[in-house]
Amino acid sequence: MTPASRHPYREDMLELNDVTKRYGERLALDAVSFSVGDGRLTGFVGGNGAGKTTTMRIILGVLAADGGSVSLDGSPLTATDRRRFGYMPEERGLYPKMKVLEQAVYLARLHGWAPAAARRNATELLDRLGLGERFDDTIESLSLGNQQRAQIAAALVHHPEVLVLDEPFSGLDPMAVETVQGVLADAAAGGVPVLFSSHQLDIVERLCDDLVIIAGGRIAASGGRDALRAEHGSERWELLTSGDTGWLRERPGITVAEFDGGWAVFEAESDAARQAVLAEAVSRGEVVSFTREHTTLAQIFKEVVR
Amino acid sequence: MSTGSDNTAGRGVSEANVSRPSARSRDGAGAPPRPAVPAPNFVDSVSLIAGREITMRLRSKAFLISTGILMLAVLASVVLGSLFGGQSDPAKVAVVGAAATAVEGNAALDPVPVDDEAAGEQLLRDGEVEAIVAPAPSDPLGIAVIGLDQTPSGVVQALAVHPTVELLEPAAVDPGLAYLVAFGFGIVFFMSAITFGSTIAQSVVEEKQTRVVEILLSTVSARALLTGKVIGNSVLAFGQIVAIAVLAIAGLLVTGQKVLLGGLGSSVVWFVVFFAVGFVMLAALFAASAAMVSRAEDMGSVTTPVTMLVMIPYFLVIFFFDDPTVLAIMSYVPFSAPVGMPVRVFLGQAEWWEPILSLVILIATTALAVAIGERIYRNTLLKTGSRVPLAEALRG
Repeated sequence: MTPASRHPYREDMLELNDVTKRYGERLALDAVSFSVGDGRLTGFVGGNGAGKTTTMRIILGVLAADGGSVSLDGSPLTATDRRRFGYMPEERGLYPKMKVLEQAVYLARLHGWAPAAARRNATELLDRLGLGERFDDTIESLSLGNQQRAQIAAALVHHPEVLVLDEPFSGLDPMAVETVQGVLADAAAGGVPVLFSSHQLDIVERLCDDLVIIAGGRIAASGGRDALRAEHGSERWELLTSGDTGWLRERPGITVAEFDGGWAVFEAESDAARQAVLAEAVSRGEVVSFTREHTTLAQIFKEVVR
Repeated sequence: MSTGSDNTAGRGVSEANVSRPSARSRDGAGAPPRPAVPAPNFVDSVSLIAGREITMRLRSKAFLISTGILMLAVLASVVLGSLFGGQSDPAKVAVVGAAATAVEGNAALDPVPVDDEAAGEQLLRDGEVEAIVAPAPSDPLGIAVIGLDQTPSGVVQALAVHPTVELLEPAAVDPGLAYLVAFGFGIVFFMSAITFGSTIAQSVVEEKQTRVVEILLSTVSARALLTGKVIGNSVLAFGQIVAIAVLAIAGLLVTGQKVLLGGLGSSVVWFVVFFAVGFVMLAALFAASAAMVSRAEDMGSVTTPVTMLVMIPYFLVIFFFDDPTVLAIMSYVPFSAPVGMPVRVFLGQAEWWEPILSLVILIATTALAVAIGERIYRNTLLKTGSRVPLAEALRG
């Protein structure tokens, strides 16, 4: 599934340009620019205090930026545009004493839906999120995980045209993670730009089309997941044989990075050198595997943040 | 709300069925059409928010119980008022012989003819009568009143001969009644303002504490949120006052105390008008002060100044209801005008233009309070943690 082929006409729908925010003396966001494409699931990763929440609040207009602009389809965001956004704030919050369905219907209506349609949206979404049995329970009576699901419903119930979710997966059990992933993927497939932050880099890696990495208030890297992997991924190769791989060290143009008996990770100066290693390994004995080392998002993250 | 049968009917309806032209221009092909919803206007948002405030409040047991208690208290005071009020039954007196002529035709006395003083004494000791009226040739009036252990002053009063009294400047209203009216206006204003003021404050802090405010603010403006809250709670406060008024008037009519109602008319109308405006002012101030804190525990510290603004007129009314100067000043100070001016209207101390002038001052102050309140509210709503200093809240 290559995202680019899925949306051949995609353009940048939500765009941040040189967004800057100061908290007193501290520069929280320093000329932050990135875009979230229509129908793209964009992961927003960064350490604690890197500026993720501040950025999202500025996108939603909950916080005012000191400089820069946020635009949708090329024009500056207005309050009317933002009404069509779905937002899940970092700090969760719903009315504790309101009932699950009632709350979702209320939020849909605040976004302008007529009562019947609001109710239909809410019912469908809550059913899908596994809250079908809890319609008449108050939010405060739900478990934390279910409160989290209700929170996601609150962000999606009005069929937003842009989704901004701050840590949507935190506090969810694996089943719920699965459900929410499905809901977000569907929203993106429906053409909605989705920006979400997460500390769970494995989920981001699995789910996202694009990545934005922020560190210390600056964008450290952004772009398609595969492009980033190609750009920041290592040129290391991994060899696993049934024999010993000590001979690798003697090969010209090869630098061994890690080594343990029949297993080794190395860098090759040229394709020829790499091919020669494979040929040598085959001639020496059984090759179990010979692969390019998989670069995880965690590795890319560490590299660009450094 | 319930999950009625219409839910099931609504399930499975695809988005295509509700598709409307999208607000976003879409030149990219491939994506399915999104249903676009017309952005709700300010009035819609406000009425939704106000509606939620009212619904949630009416669902709160604490609110229903306290309203019930208040209603009972009003009813009890009306009923007790009729029992202990001035319209008591005529006092029974034993009348001996010729003394009957002195008692005859006296509406305050209910004569029980007895043969002699001994028979009267028996009735008196049995508690059947309050006193004995017996002939006494030595007395200028020709009668004597005999009591049991203390002077039967009611009977003496009824038999007393008064010279004709003429007042050069008769007071319009009985001072006792004036006190009651002042006290009534004061307590109704005080109770409603405190009850619904703290409701608004709680509602603001709840939204801050649970952080739902962040979702709300990404949907509606702070102004709509504040307006909805103020209107919702004002409607409730008003509803409660109307209920109290209806109950009190009905109670007065049923127990036959028409006297009290007589002079109240125009002052009650003024009270309602002043209350409506004054309550909005206090509501905005309560909301703004509550927005400065993030936890329900800290609410008291910031709402106390506003509470004082409500309490001061209440106590001034109770202590100075008979001092025209203090009352005149109070009737122009915006925070005490809702109580002070109606009382003056009732007492006949106010010229026709005075309530209007005072109302203009109150409206101007309310506009200012709402503007400042909205500013504080907007500036502090997203600031969590410790209390936001007032200067910072105003500056933003």
